[in-house]
Amino acid sequence: MKFSEQWLREWVSPKMDINTLAHRLTMAGLEVGAVEPVAATLKRIVVGHVLSVEKHPEADKLKVCKVDVGQSRPLTIVCGASNVAEGIKAPTALVGATLPGGAKITKASLRGVTSSGMLCSGSELGLEEGSAGLLLLDSQSRAGQEIMDVLSLNDVSVELDLTPNRSDCLGVYGVAREVSALTGARLKTLKVPKARVQTKRKVTVTLSAKKACPRYTCRVIEGIDQSANTPLWMKERLRRSGLRSLGPVVDVSNYVLLELGQPMHAFDLGKINGGIKVRVARDKESITLLDGNTVKLDAGTLLIADNKRPLALAGIMGGEDSAVSNSTGDILLESAFFSADAISGRARSLGLHTDSSHRFERGVDPSMQRVALERATQLLLDIVGGKAGPIVEQQSKPHIPKHKAVHLRHERLQKLLGTRVPARKTEGLLRRLGMNVRTTTQGWHVTAPPYRFDIHSEVDLIEEVARGIGYDEIPARALRGPISLQIAREAMVQHNSLRHTLVNREYQEIITYSFIDEVLARQLDPSTEPVRLANPIASDMAVMRSSLWPGLLQTLAYNQNRQQQRLRLFELGRRFQGRGKQVKEELLIAGAICGSRTREQWGVTDRAVDFFDIKGDVGALLALWDVDEAWDFRPLEGHPALHPGQAASISRQGRRVGRLGALHPGLQADLSLERPVFLFELELSALNAAKLPKFSEISKFPAIRRDLAIVVGESIPAAEVINVIKESAGIWLINLELFDDYRGEGIDSGRKSLGFGLTLQESSRTLKEGEVDNIIDLVVAALRRDLGAELRN
Amino acid sequence: MTDTSLQDRLNQMLGQAIEQVSAASEFKVVEQLRVDYLGKKGRLTEQLKQLGSLPAEERPKVGQWVNQAKQQLQTAIAERKAELEQASRMQQLTENTVDITLPGRGLHRGGIHPITRTLERLQQMFMSMGFVVADGPEIEDDYHNFEALNIPENHPARAMHDTFYFDAHRLLRTHTSPVQVRYMNSHEPPMRIIAPGRVYRCDSDVTHTPMFHQLEGLMVDTDVSFAELKGVISDFLIQFFEKELDLRFRPSFFPFTEPSAEVDISCVMCSGKGCRVCSHTGWLEVLGCGMVHPEVFRYAGIDAEKFTGFAFGLGVERLAMLRYGVNDLRLFFENDVRFLQQFN
Repeated sequence: MKFSEQWLREWVSPKMDINTLAHRLTMAGLEVGAVEPVAATLKRIVVGHVLSVEKHPEADKLKVCKVDVGQSRPLTIVCGASNVAEGIKAPTALVGATLPGGAKITKASLRGVTSSGMLCSGSELGLEEGSAGLLLLDSQSRAGQEIMDVLSLNDVSVELDLTPNRSDCLGVYGVAREVSALTGARLKTLKVPKARVQTKRKVTVTLSAKKACPRYTCRVIEGIDQSANTPLWMKERLRRSGLRSLGPVVDVSNYVLLELGQPMHAFDLGKINGGIKVRVARDKESITLLDGNTVKLDAGTLLIADNKRPLALAGIMGGEDSAVSNSTGDILLESAFFSADAISGRARSLGLHTDSSHRFERGVDPSMQRVALERATQLLLDIVGGKAGPIVEQQSKPHIPKHKAVHLRHERLQKLLGTRVPARKTEGLLRRLGMNVRTTTQGWHVTAPPYRFDIHSEVDLIEEVARGIGYDEIPARALRGPISLQIAREAMVQHNSLRHTLVNREYQEIITYSFIDEVLARQLDPSTEPVRLANPIASDMAVMRSSLWPGLLQTLAYNQNRQQQRLRLFELGRRFQGRGKQVKEELLIAGAICGSRTREQWGVTDRAVDFFDIKGDVGALLALWDVDEAWDFRPLEGHPALHPGQAASISRQGRRVGRLGALHPGLQADLSLERPVFLFELELSALNAAKLPKFSEISKFPAIRRDLAIVVGESIPAAEVINVIKESAGIWLINLELFDDYRGEGIDSGRKSLGFGLTLQESSRTLKEGEVDNIIDLVVAALRRDLGAELRN
Repeated sequence: MTDTSLQDRLNQMLGQAIEQVSAASEFKVVEQLRVDYLGKKGRLTEQLKQLGSLPAEERPKVGQWVNQAKQQLQTAIAERKAELEQASRMQQLTENTVDITLPGRGLHRGGIHPITRTLERLQQMFMSMGFVVADGPEIEDDYHNFEALNIPENHPARAMHDTFYFDAHRLLRTHTSPVQVRYMNSHEPPMRIIAPGRVYRCDSDVTHTPMFHQLEGLMVDTDVSFAELKGVISDFLIQFFEKELDLRFRPSFFPFTEPSAEVDISCVMCSGKGCRVCSHTGWLEVLGCGMVHPEVFRYAGIDAEKFTGFAFGLGVERLAMLRYGVNDLRLFFENDVRFLQQFN
């Protein structure tokens, strides 16, 4: 809602400047978004009275005018406007003036004639977007008068950012009513004289949707003069409210909408067949609207129709067929009350939002229809003339909203606000807001005025009181009451620990969108049918992610394209899988690395990251839950996103908890990633409880280490060799390290050498050399028997 | 041979030996001198061996002389050895001096996302006030996201939420408020919860991203009023920005709270003088809040006569931008590491 200060002050004029008033409004819940001057400061621009117009001797399109600007002598001004004529009054920029566009007015010779100023159009003064000619001023204006005064340009536009509950302030009069309540300044009485009925012509109205439209008023105005212009004062008010002038009939209905908050509509009477029917749309009906679009109507949409066809979408937009045009001579002016329920959602479902629908869906004062109709009649007769017919009103009183009394209790008011408001003050505040207040034993019965659609229950009244005293008057108090400590179980691995484990390994956390490109989603996870949005904002954000890898890979590419070669990224977030109502949201932590293992540093030869680097990072995360031995890494076959020879699944106690591997080189190329990428993903829901520490005695006796180099078939996994060693070495083996994996010279092809360090210890005594030798013999024998391993020479 | 001449010879030998020892510049030379003089066949040792050839009455005296000389020489040798050892250690230390200004090696440190960083701080603040963290699904239904929050179908407030839909009933939550509903349905008051998380709106421009983060707060108890709401919000905002701020609570409208308020703080960029960030008003809108609407309690099955409560919701990105001076919301989700590393 935007309006000019002058317009508001016509209704109520509190003794405070506009900024103070704006602050009061903001602090009362009517947020002032902006207060802006309605025009640039126009200096040395005055009313010019054109005394004579002569043809320019050297130019066909120019005219030489004598213009009275209130000085002792008229000025000679050369003008090219088509509407310049003897006797008109127009804004005249004197020499030395600067126009809002920056042009400076100087004495200039135009084709040999010296021009001492400039006659101006509205757009040249910044008052219109485009102008057809000079801005014609009221003939009553006096030559030489400052244009700022004549057009009352020392004014500001106030923009209110209204919340949806305050439809009562969607008109200047409503805002004035609120200002009066807030400041105590007197509100001008809304009184519109009844127009004299000069024709008997009328249109019959049938209300068949009484609930949706409990009141419909209209009247005929016969014989309007379409050549009349909207007066400058009205154009200016509309402009200061952000509306363009579109001809007198439309301008008047917009003016009344802005003034009283009552949307109006004018039909071309000649296009109406028979009477007006207010009814709901039938199946497959359609209408072509004023904006030129044809819409198919859902059955149930409220229409204004005639005997043959729909004329308008009630409360939203008129139809093209019945619109007022330049040739219209007689009009039917409508002022109706449509219930919010009937209009709500309709405009939006048709992709429409109009000043009219905006008001009806929030609530229009049901007592305003006749007043607004009279007001519009009065303005129209003044501007375009014509004869008004009688007002036709159809209504269904039982369906007109009537507010019920709401009980407001003293005790409740105090309990909710946490402060005591004196009863007299409460009563006064409510009365000033137009409420009907009756005292009860516990408080008051309060009935809201018809224009307030937001007072349904006690809390609504409590808010009104709080607004009235000002939220600043309510104290700020520290919390009381017992705090129930809810500390996480020790065995729960906190998300923070996960994040910081990776951060300490030089990972950077990222946050990517939960919706991704469907093509990418399918590339990485072809077996999952993605969860698809019905109205995505962009095609590359159309499906919910079923993995965090797409976001990580896109972020790698994004940064790679910004000269970042070494990247270590992770994200903690949800994936979405499933269908219909069975979509599961699971929390994952996932990472991706590429580039060199460490940042470039002196004295160290570096290499690119490989599978075992990311496996080490995953190991550091898994260690938050359990010891190394608890995790089972198995080759992961057939994963579409991963290199078939460098992919593993991770499980604990048979439950799969995640996967890791090298990005498939094909995908790497598709995504234009320059370097091999390694990825991991852990399902946090599968990883709930961590192992709690349990103490065991530390042996006082020395441990003995033996190193063992064995040669086995190349295809035998190290994990298998480790299992055989552990089983055959028995309980004295307290540590086993794999320190070497070698293939090549000295080793037969198809075989590899593995080096192990075995640490043996007994908890109650020192092991004897012979005992250790025996164990090593057992281990070697078992490796030979089970895996065909040999000791390396 | 007289006593004196023997004594002179011993002294002379000792003098010569000490001179040689102190002149020796290497450890092994000193050691050789020790062998030469004090070894089994050393020159001083030889003198002792010759004691037998002396008259019995002279032996003790001469023996004492020889032993004294040996002791003196041993001391001289030990001192010299210590000196040489010290010198060699010093030399080694000098040789091992490094340029301590060279950079250290190993992994550096990564960092958490600024939104996570902000959320962690917020959570800590509210947890210290006794709030617990609650969670809910991001794919919500119409009931929890709107209806149970007193936003019926076709309510104009729905137009303020540009909703992403999956079908007629399922949607991406447009705010974290549905967590309130779920929590109230499954718990009994008193309750103090916060619900941080991702929310979604179908809107994308300079100041909107289709996904962002909110933190919802809810407190329900038998005696909670607007005054406590003001207390909690003031405390938290001052803690968050770590400076004294002017605050103002303005009446506003949310279907799920009544009375409702929007909270402005004096602009943290210009201290309220007016700048581009606060559109020259001196104020910044930071969150919305209010007293839980009785209708919301009714949907949740909580007795609105017995219990009162407040709720608030804040935009995490907005707070992070103000806290760290980030001038473009979209930076948070572009994930340019040069941006992210600024928060490490």
